[in-house]
Parts: sequence; structure tokens; C-alpha cells
Amino acid sequence: MQRTPAARARGITKYYGDIVALDGVDLDVEPGRVHGLVGPNGAGKTTLLGLLLGVATADRGTLEILGRPVARSLTVADGVAGFVDSPGLYPSLTARQNLTALAALRGTRVGRGAAVADALEQTGLSEVADVRVRGFSLGMRQRVGLASALLTRPRLLILDEPSNGLDPAGKRHVHGVLRELADDGVAIVLSSHRMDDLASLSAEVTILATGRVVFSGPMEKLAGESGELDYRVLTSDPARARVIATGTPGLRVHGSAGGRPRPDALLVSGAVHSLDTLVVGLVGAGVAVRELAPVTTPLEAAFLALTGGDSDAESAA
Amino acid sequence: MTITLAPAGEEPRPAPLLPAYRFELTKVLTQRRTRAVLLACLIAPGGFVAVVSAQTSLPADTVFGRWMHTTGWAGSLVVLAFACSSGLPLLTSLVAGDVFAAEDRLGTWRHLLVAVRSPSRIFVAKALASLTVIMLLAAALCASSIVGGIAAVGSHPLIGLDGHTLAAGDAARTVLVAWLCVLAPTLAFAAVGLLGSVVLGRSPTGLVVPAALALAMNLVLMLPVPVAVRLSLPSNAFLAWRGLFTGPPQTGPLLVGIAVSLAWATVATGLAYLLFVRRDFTDSSSDGAGRRALATTMLSLAALVGVTALLVATTTPANGAGIDKRKLQTSLSIAYAHLYRLQTEQLHRPAVTETELDTRAECDKGGESVVDRGPGNDWRCVVSWRLPGASATGSAIFQLYVTAEGRYVADGDGPKEVNGSFWVHTPTGDAPNPLWQFDGYVDLL
Repeated sequence: MQRTPAARARGITKYYGDIVALDGVDLDVEPGRVHGLVGPNGAGKTTLLGLLLGVATADRGTLEILGRPVARSLTVADGVAGFVDSPGLYPSLTARQNLTALAALRGTRVGRGAAVADALEQTGLSEVADVRVRGFSLGMRQRVGLASALLTRPRLLILDEPSNGLDPAGKRHVHGVLRELADDGVAIVLSSHRMDDLASLSAEVTILATGRVVFSGPMEKLAGESGELDYRVLTSDPARARVIATGTPGLRVHGSAGGRPRPDALLVSGAVHSLDTLVVGLVGAGVAVRELAPVTTPLEAAFLALTGGDSDAESAA
Repeated sequence: MTITLAPAGEEPRPAPLLPAYRFELTKVLTQRRTRAVLLACLIAPGGFVAVVSAQTSLPADTVFGRWMHTTGWAGSLVVLAFACSSGLPLLTSLVAGDVFAAEDRLGTWRHLLVAVRSPSRIFVAKALASLTVIMLLAAALCASSIVGGIAAVGSHPLIGLDGHTLAAGDAARTVLVAWLCVLAPTLAFAAVGLLGSVVLGRSPTGLVVPAALALAMNLVLMLPVPVAVRLSLPSNAFLAWRGLFTGPPQTGPLLVGIAVSLAWATVATGLAYLLFVRRDFTDSSSDGAGRRALATTMLSLAALVGVTALLVATTTPANGAGIDKRKLQTSLSIAYAHLYRLQTEQLHRPAVTETELDTRAECDKGGESVVDRGPGNDWRCVVSWRLPGASATGSAIFQLYVTAEGRYVADGDGPKEVNGSFWVHTPTGDAPNPLWQFDGYVDLL
């Protein structure tokens, strides 16, 4: 049986005056999946998230949310929650007051207090529930934003940069919450500039550039788009390693390790089999390999390749 | 962790109004600024009345200020006069002038739209919450001033603006009615605050719109503008409550003022609503502010002034500045008769009635070369009266300072035995002479 997509967009176009924010965007978000949304600044990510959340309307195209066509008016569909730009909190209210008000607006009468307490607990905010949001860090605000979204028991969750300002422990906690939601069937659309976050959470990704989709599909498919990755190689003898690498077929050796503060590191790029040849060559020459790791994630590499970010970097260099 | 999924297929519907209203109310009441202002409204008027009532020098320039030693109700009216000149417009600025702009500054419009799902419901909730808080602040001012006055001086009869005495109970009722009447112009300025907050977006200038408008209107009302123009401004109702303290009450200007204020409240709120629901919330860089909206607002309010002025001019006996020799003479002779009776009682002289006194006044403005019409401090009046059984006619001279809103201060200029001395010697000791200087009020219609 085919499941109804949580969100389905076809040919979505959105203008702000003369500026084309989105240009014929197609998007499919499946239930129970985390769908990453990436793109350079101004690519149209926030506009697309706003359309999914119901706080913006498209000028052209069709959009279905949870199986229902979205009218050309500001209507937030039931079962959709989240935030764009920022969580939208009131600094003079406590975290609990912010959430309680939201629960009341959504018509929750029975068990409102328990639902709020549960959302606060899920996001690790129980201890600061009665502190005014004015004193919260950015990361804590993000968590309150997530808690307010959870409060509405969403089936489609829209989150704009939810990891902003989170410390590593907080990020791990939030990622855990999102994974559990996805496991329970919630579709999550997540935008972030943190490629490692998206890579670890998302099963699918859509890359936007200047309002257009330049890639949309499973993460695994991105490997083909990312081209050759850059790898950092740490060895016991950097000078000999450089000579061996230079002589390895299909491998390119770069001048520095991507500007990283490791003068003994070697930066190479090439296909996986060329790397294998390099490792065999190094070990055969008695050079110990201490580390071999990609400098960028496949997602980041694809992002740079597809959006032209790498050419910018190269030209800048 | 278990996540329960919402059932599919429900039609999206806006949040109920009551929770939206409560949310808006909570947001306003939890602001430090609002709490500080509420605390000030609860403490400052009562403290002011109590302290000033204990001083030997009273704020006689303010209407009813000279009676603060006599009754606690006068203190509340002094606070009301101060509140009307600037306090109430300032309160509307602080609450209504920021209620929409605050969301722009916090960047919470999208969040609110997601939660409430209806711009029109957001508007209604915000307007009602602002109104509630403004009414709460006005009630605090009123209650505090009354409590302060009654605690410091007590509930005693109040001398009205035509010299007649209101029993303590009547004074209490009339004071409360006066406070209720000024809620109408307060509503008008609150609506202007909402409008300013919508039109000017995140700009903090929206905060000062009601206060700045009230200041500008007060300046206009200080000028001898035609009565029709005066009555077409909502600020007029901030002055016209004084007519309640004459006998019979001068209700004409007050009723016109209330009607005009309610018209302003309706138009400004309606305009704010239209501009708000048409705003493009999808563009986060836009806060709804624009020259077109500003121009529409200015033109609409100017048109409202024009229409109401025309209506007042054609439907009421409004004429010129509303102050002329005949009105002043009538008002002064009535006030003098009432206060003469009061002085007679103080001095334990044989009782006399206003009818027996048959008081008359003859006034002139600035000599023969000046037309006897309009406000000014160059009015000079001679009051004459008869005492029962006496063949001679008594007379006293007063210099009148007449303001454009119809209030005047009659300053005694002799003879010394009647109005030349601040004190009168009574059998129980010296007491303030009610005829030395007193307030009066001319009906501008």
C-alpha cells in the first residue's frame, strides 16, 4: 500500500516583488523520514519552510500537506508544527507559560499541564520550566521551540536550524528526540547549515540554490554528486608519504591540508581505489598511517559542488 | 518516549478567541513596563493627593485644586485633570502603541500566526487585551486618588464649578461619572495607539503617537478656535467632564465629546484592522510600515475631524469661540450667589437664598475698543446683589481669566470686606474666603 506523503510540492514558485524566491520547486517528504534542506543563504530554504508551515502562500504550483491541498491563504494545517527563522518566544514569559499559552490556543483543555510538562521533559527543560525565556541562551530557546512543536502532536514537523546554539550534549539530546519522532512516523523537514547534523539525521536531502532544486533524493545518491572527496592523511613520515602519494596513480596531492593547523598532514583527493593503493604503498614503504579521513562530508562536498560553493572558495583562494 | 499522532483529516480552524485574548493579556501584563506603570497608578495618585492635601499651598491653578483641604473628592478630580492633560494618553501610548510593534521586534508574527491561525482573531485579541489593561490602569488611577483623598481629608461636600454645594454622596457619584466619561476619549486614543502600532511597524515611534496627538490637540484646544472645531476633537471630552459639576450639568459638550471620541475609536480601530489583515506576513523583512498606509491614516483622521466639525456646526448651536459677555455674566452671577451663601454660613450671618440675593453681573472685555467675546485675561466684571431688608445694593469687582475651554478664574478685586482678603474671620477662627478667588465654567454650546 502506498503511503500518503507528508508533503508534496510541484512547481512551487514564490515571488517577493521582483525577486524570485522559489522557482518551480518540487519536493516529496515521506512520513517517518527526516528530510534535510540545505542551500546557501538566500537559496529559498526559509521561504519553502514557511510554505510548508502555512505562514506563506505560493504564487504558482501545487502543495499538498498531509494529503490535503493547501489553499492560497494563510492556513496552518492540523498536524503541522515547527518554526522558521526563530522559535518565536515571548521573553517576559517563562518556558512553561509560553507552552501553556500555545496549548490553550490549540484548544487543549484536558491534561494541558501534563502535556506541557511532558514536552518540557522531552526537550530537557524541566529544571528551567519556570524561568523567564529572557534569560535563556540561544540553544535553550531552540529547545523551547522544539517543545512547543511537540506539544501539538505533529505529523509533519518543520524546523529551521534547530541545532543553532546547542552544545554537543544538547545537540545529541535534540537529535535523539528527532530520531524517535521519525521512528514514530513523524515526517521532519529540517534546514541547517551544519552538514554533519544533516548527514547524521537525514535519510533524504534537498539542495536549493537560487530558488531552484539542484538535488533531491536519498543521501546515498549524493555520493555520485559529490565527486572526489578530499582526504587528510597523517603518517609517521610526511616527507616520504608525499613522495609516495605523488607517485600513486589517480591521486592528486594538494599543497596544504585545507588550511588546517597540521603541517605534517597531507591533503589528497581521488577515488577510493587510489586511496587503497596509497595505503598499501605507504605500509609497504614502512610509513605508518595514523589517520585517513575525509576533510568534508559527502553532503558538504555535494553541496559545494552543486551550488558552486567550491568554485567560489577556489577563486577566493 | 512515546509520541501520539494527531488524527488525520481534521479541518484547520482558528484558535478560540478566549485563549487568544488571555495570551495577549498575559503578554502585556508580564512586561516589566506594564507592571511598573500599574504599580505607579496604584500608588502615585493616592500619595500625591494625601501629601498635597496636607500642604498649606494648594494647586489652585488646577480645577478643584483649591478645595483639596475641604474634601477628599477634590483630590480625585485634581488627579483626573492631570490624567486628562497627559496621563491617560501616555498610558494608551505605553500599552496600545506597542502591542503590534512588539511582535515585530521579537520576530514572533509567524509563531503567532501558526498558533492562532487567523490574523483577524489576533487583531481582536490584541485590541481587547490592550483595552483591558488600559481600563485597569485608569481604574487604578481613579481608585488610588479616591482612597488617598478620603483617607487624608475625608468625604465631605464638594463645591461645584458654579459654586453650588454637592453633598458628599452626590460628589462621590459625580466624581465616578466623570472618571467613566473620560474613558471614551481614552478609548479613542487607545485606538489611535493601535493604529500607530500597525502603521509604523517595528519603529518605536508608534509608541509616542497617542501622546504626541494628545499634546497637539491640547495645544489646539488652548487656542480660541471655533467651538465646532474644538468639539470635533476627542481631547475635548478630556475637558468637558467639568460640566458635570455645575447645576444643572452642562452635558451638551460632554455628550458631543463622548460621541466624537467613540467615532474616533471606531474609525481608528477599523482602519487598523483593515491595514493589519492586509499585511503580508510572509515577507519577514516587511513590517507593514509604508508611506501609503501612513498617508491613508493621516487623511482618514483629518477627514474625520472635518466631518465631525461639520456635523457639530450644523446640528448644535455652536457659534464662534462659545464665550461671550452674556454667558459669562450669567455664569458669574450664579456662582457668586452660591458662594455668597457659603460665605454667609461661614460667618454665621442670617441665612439668605440665591433668589433673595438677585445677583447680577456686568462684564467688559478689555475696554470699549475690544469686542466682548472670547477667552482672555482682560475680562472685568462687577457683581451686584441685594440683601433682604437692606435698601443699598452691594457690589464687588472681579478680574476674570477665561480660558478657551470655558473655564474661568474669578479673582476678587474689592471691596476688601467681600472678596479682598484670602481669609474671613469666622466665630470659630479664620477660614478661606470662598469669594476671594473661585472657578467657574461657561457652557460653550
